Amino acid sequence: MGHHESNYEPKWAIAKWFDERLPVYRMMSDQFITFPTPRNLNYWWTMGMVLFFFLVIQLITGIILTMHYIPHEDMAFNSVEHIMRDVNWGWLLRYMHMNGASFFFIAVYIHILRGIYYGSYKAPREVLWLVGVVIYILMMAAAFMGYVLPWGQMSFWGATVITNLFSAIPLVGDYITQWFWGAYAVSQPTLNRFLSLHYLVPMLLTVFVLIHVWALHVVGSNNPEGLDVKSSDDTLPFHPYFTMKDMFMAIVFLTIYAFFVFFMSNYMGEPDNYIRANPMVTPPHIVPEWYFLPFYAILRAIPDKLGGVIAMFGSIMVVAALPWLDRNPIRSLRYRPRARFFFAGFVVTAMLLGFLGAKPAEGWYVTASRILTLYWFVYFLVILPLLSKMETTNRHMPGSITDAVLGHHGVIPEAKQ
Amino acid sequence: MSVIRRLAPFAIALTFAGSAGTATIVTAGENEHEAKAGQHDKSHVQRQKWSFGGLTGRFDKKQLRRGFQIYNEVCAACHSMKLMYYRNLMEPGGPEFSKKEVEAIIADKEVPAPPNDDGATINDDGERIMRKALLTDHFVSPYANDKAAMSANGGALPPDLSVMAKARGIPHGAKPLQAGNIFSAAFEGVKEYVGWIFGTVYNLATQYQEAGPDYIHALMIGYEEEAPKGMEIPEGKSFNWVFPGHAISMPQPLSDEQVEYADGTKATLDQEARDIAAFLMWTADPHLNARKSLGLKVLIYLIILSILMYAVKRTIWAGVKH
Repeated sequence: MGHHESNYEPKWAIAKWFDERLPVYRMMSDQFITFPTPRNLNYWWTMGMVLFFFLVIQLITGIILTMHYIPHEDMAFNSVEHIMRDVNWGWLLRYMHMNGASFFFIAVYIHILRGIYYGSYKAPREVLWLVGVVIYILMMAAAFMGYVLPWGQMSFWGATVITNLFSAIPLVGDYITQWFWGAYAVSQPTLNRFLSLHYLVPMLLTVFVLIHVWALHVVGSNNPEGLDVKSSDDTLPFHPYFTMKDMFMAIVFLTIYAFFVFFMSNYMGEPDNYIRANPMVTPPHIVPEWYFLPFYAILRAIPDKLGGVIAMFGSIMVVAALPWLDRNPIRSLRYRPRARFFFAGFVVTAMLLGFLGAKPAEGWYVTASRILTLYWFVYFLVILPLLSKMETTNRHMPGSITDAVLGHHGVIPEAKQ
Repeated sequence: MSVIRRLAPFAIALTFAGSAGTATIVTAGENEHEAKAGQHDKSHVQRQKWSFGGLTGRFDKKQLRRGFQIYNEVCAACHSMKLMYYRNLMEPGGPEFSKKEVEAIIADKEVPAPPNDDGATINDDGERIMRKALLTDHFVSPYANDKAAMSANGGALPPDLSVMAKARGIPHGAKPLQAGNIFSAAFEGVKEYVGWIFGTVYNLATQYQEAGPDYIHALMIGYEEEAPKGMEIPEGKSFNWVFPGHAISMPQPLSDEQVEYADGTKATLDQEARDIAAFLMWTADPHLNARKSLGLKVLIYLIILSILMYAVKRTIWAGVKH
């Protein structure tokens, strides 16, 4: 991985012996110590490390929680309460895992929006972007199945609503749904396999995270100027500059996370999930976890079930297709004021859809959801392709990252790209 | 441009602080208004002051003891609390009864016995053999099973109360926007969204996690002998302001002087409602004291660590333009 020359010098004989057989220290040194990184990265670029922290937190707490959890429809709810009450520090592990999922999504949404704003999906980072989309989809799968495990009312009915989406597939829908359930409704076999998959998916996710890092280290980080690295002046070694900046942000994130774990433990959950699952009683409002709300709003905006499902999956697919929808040669929206305006519209749209997803699908809520869903698709499928041909040059663009850092904005006319 | 960029975070922080401040003022104003209307405004759930709210909140041991008394003398006649053990009553962070006191509480409680030396679980009269309850037993349920509970309560199942305080929140006033034209609807929508953001910020600023106890308190005081005009309540149900649909199967369980408090506190309906709500919050979240005490230490540690990390980061980057 990586294009820079290795300058790793084994200091001890044993390190040299090892380096000749398995150059793992060399790899760590090249990739995480001396790795040349654009010097102008701002704090939006620290989410990668934050996400890594939360992945580790989720893995460790999850492994321990599984030691105490019982995947049985009669015992799951009580086994979670047993963890909360009687397992030493069980309440801490469980609240960390619960809120850790939410913070994983907070960090990933910042990470994704940063990628869109600074054009991090553009050549040569298309594969990096696609691997990221795969990670995001795996995250959603893991979060959805994890939410089912406590076997509360929202677990059960959320699982019922979401798995029922597959029944919208023509001809084989019902068959697929029942195969997925392992029964004729969400029940014991479903819960059992969800635990199995909830354990499997994070392993896949971890593998894809490594691929993501690999792909990143082949092409190098994008940067706020969206310019390619042209000389060694443009970069700094990863350590100590970016390790320190990233770790600082990770600690800031952990502080906010701790505030939620200890003081707002149930703030991001639904009270209904502390009621044991009851297939005979439907809760008045079935609401997914907050991080799914924009997609839930899109699903319900379409009057037709199959259409809603297609729109929901389509809304993620258009994000995956970004590298081919936005072909403007300028990466960073810093130098694309018009695109920036529509990007702001997209952020507002996503947030409003999140709000509407928590509301009942009635009256003006639906109308608003439809207008916003339309904007979501128009933004990706119409606006970005159209803007690809406009504002393709910007006279304020600096010639290089170093120029930008030193404040030489647009002073070299021939440096326009 | 770069000045704007540097100031932007402060502007955002100020906006948030401003919203929080405004929300605080608005809500404080509302509370004042509610206080003036008197305690008898029970038509909706109102936020109460709880000893266990906020960053430094802790359960009030005396209040939990009073709450347990209400549960034991009133609620336990119909409601189970299957997740609680009698030993919990003496553990730190709860009512912290002494071992003697808990043993006195369970002196007359019995649980089904394991098979005796002959392997029998029923005696010669065909009755289930019982044994005295131990500290390590779960709270004894009032009914043998759900069917028995329903049969004794007109078909309604009194829910288990173990996690009730976490299983209830303030019912969302979900009223769809049915305004006359698109402009007024849009205005209402924006108003609702802005209100929601203010509410969120305010709840975060006050660490609001007491919607469950607030609801339970409101439910206990929310009964009305006669349903207001225009509201039909079916036979065998009671009218309650905050219960979803207003028709509740549980007859009014608490009233003034319902119990005689062991600690001499005057047993008004409002006091009883508060005490049972606090007790149910403890049974739902028995480690709250430990959580908040550890949490404050963790927060202080992480805040200091953040400041140190920032200082180190600044030092490392000091000579580098970026």
